[in-house]
Amino acid sequence: MASEPQGGLTEYIQHHLNHLTVNFSADHFWFWNLRADSIVVSFVLGAAFCLWFWLFARKATSGVPSKGQALVELAIEFVDTQVKDTFHGDRRTVTPLALSIFMWVFLMNAMDLLPVDLAGWLVHTFAGDEVAHHTYFRMVPTADINTTVGLSVAVLFIVIGHGIKAKGGFGFGKELLTAPFHASNPIAKLILVIPNFLLNVVETLSKPVSLAMRLFGNMYGGELVFMLIAGLMVSWISFVPGVVFNTAWAIFHILIIALQAFIFMMLTIVYIATAREHH
Amino acid sequence: MEINMTFLGQMISFAILVWFTTKFIWPQLNGAIEERQKKVAEGLAAAERARAELKDADAKVATEIKQARLQATEIIDKAQQQANQLLDKARAEATAEINRLKAQAQDEIASMAQRAREQLREQVGALAVKGAEKIVQREIDPAAHKALLDQLAAEI
Repeated sequence: MASEPQGGLTEYIQHHLNHLTVNFSADHFWFWNLRADSIVVSFVLGAAFCLWFWLFARKATSGVPSKGQALVELAIEFVDTQVKDTFHGDRRTVTPLALSIFMWVFLMNAMDLLPVDLAGWLVHTFAGDEVAHHTYFRMVPTADINTTVGLSVAVLFIVIGHGIKAKGGFGFGKELLTAPFHASNPIAKLILVIPNFLLNVVETLSKPVSLAMRLFGNMYGGELVFMLIAGLMVSWISFVPGVVFNTAWAIFHILIIALQAFIFMMLTIVYIATAREHH
Repeated sequence: MEINMTFLGQMISFAILVWFTTKFIWPQLNGAIEERQKKVAEGLAAAERARAELKDADAKVATEIKQARLQATEIIDKAQQQANQLLDKARAEATAEINRLKAQAQDEIASMAQRAREQLREQVGALAVKGAEKIVQREIDPAAHKALLDQLAAEI
């Protein structure tokens, strides 16, 4: 690719940042673009997680666990401990939520460790040159803002749901208008409604934005660095440093993969816990 | 950085994933974990109980052994006493029997000697009479001198 006339590293990277997009609408309006690569990879990983954990959950024994069950239990107990520490209440729905987030985000992030050109190479090998020329495939669903926003907006709904459930519809609405600035006389209360509401809206909206942007930024950046390093390997002179950097970055990236999944999960739990508090 | 339908698709995927985990994965595995925790706790409690019981049993056994030993000593003492008594009795009986037999034998000896002496006396008497007869055959009338001869036989 670097040898192509108008090519070079810039084009190589731009090529790799394209999604495999399908659009089913008649007028091809941009909103109806569907990034098939993100959807397929995330769906496959989610299904893999479900299948994996379900297989062990199905024959879960309270006796001596198999190694596979022990591993699954390790993940569950790790997540449950975090939830227990932060969230004091009925964990029957919160821990599964946290577990799904953690495992799904972790698996999606882990796709970053696959070689950046693997998907392209597979398409090239099995579908031929012609298909490869106009097929793009990005392996990391969390490096797609749609995935992270989808996750964080779903989390926002869940958080609001927890708030309403804990305080009731009226209590939740009242808190929206009377907190965080409290007043004792009715007129001051009325005046404070507007700033309170605005502040609460900003506070609520900042949660999904920060969740989504944090994860997206980390994974997108990580992917970009992998692509830049891959650019080193076009020449035999820079091949060895390329391999060294690639390995080093991959090892460091393992930390980011797990850490970002953990942060996403932890913040979700924290948001739910704070949504249930009365102000 | 464009937000499109993918976003909705991912939200739906996420909802399905959370539903599946809540329904099919979490309850079973958590149930197993909690049940195992209970089992382990019960096992530990049982072990503690067993240890206490073992301690009690050990103490009991020790006292029991002590008692048994005491009893055994007593029994041995008694048996020894009995044996001594039996021995003493047997010895006494044996001594008495010996004495009795000795007395009987002495009596027998005495009576036999007496009889022998009687016979001897009679034979000596007869012999003396015969001798005297020979000597004084003609001169002595046995009928006239019988009283004298009897007196003589009694004196011998």
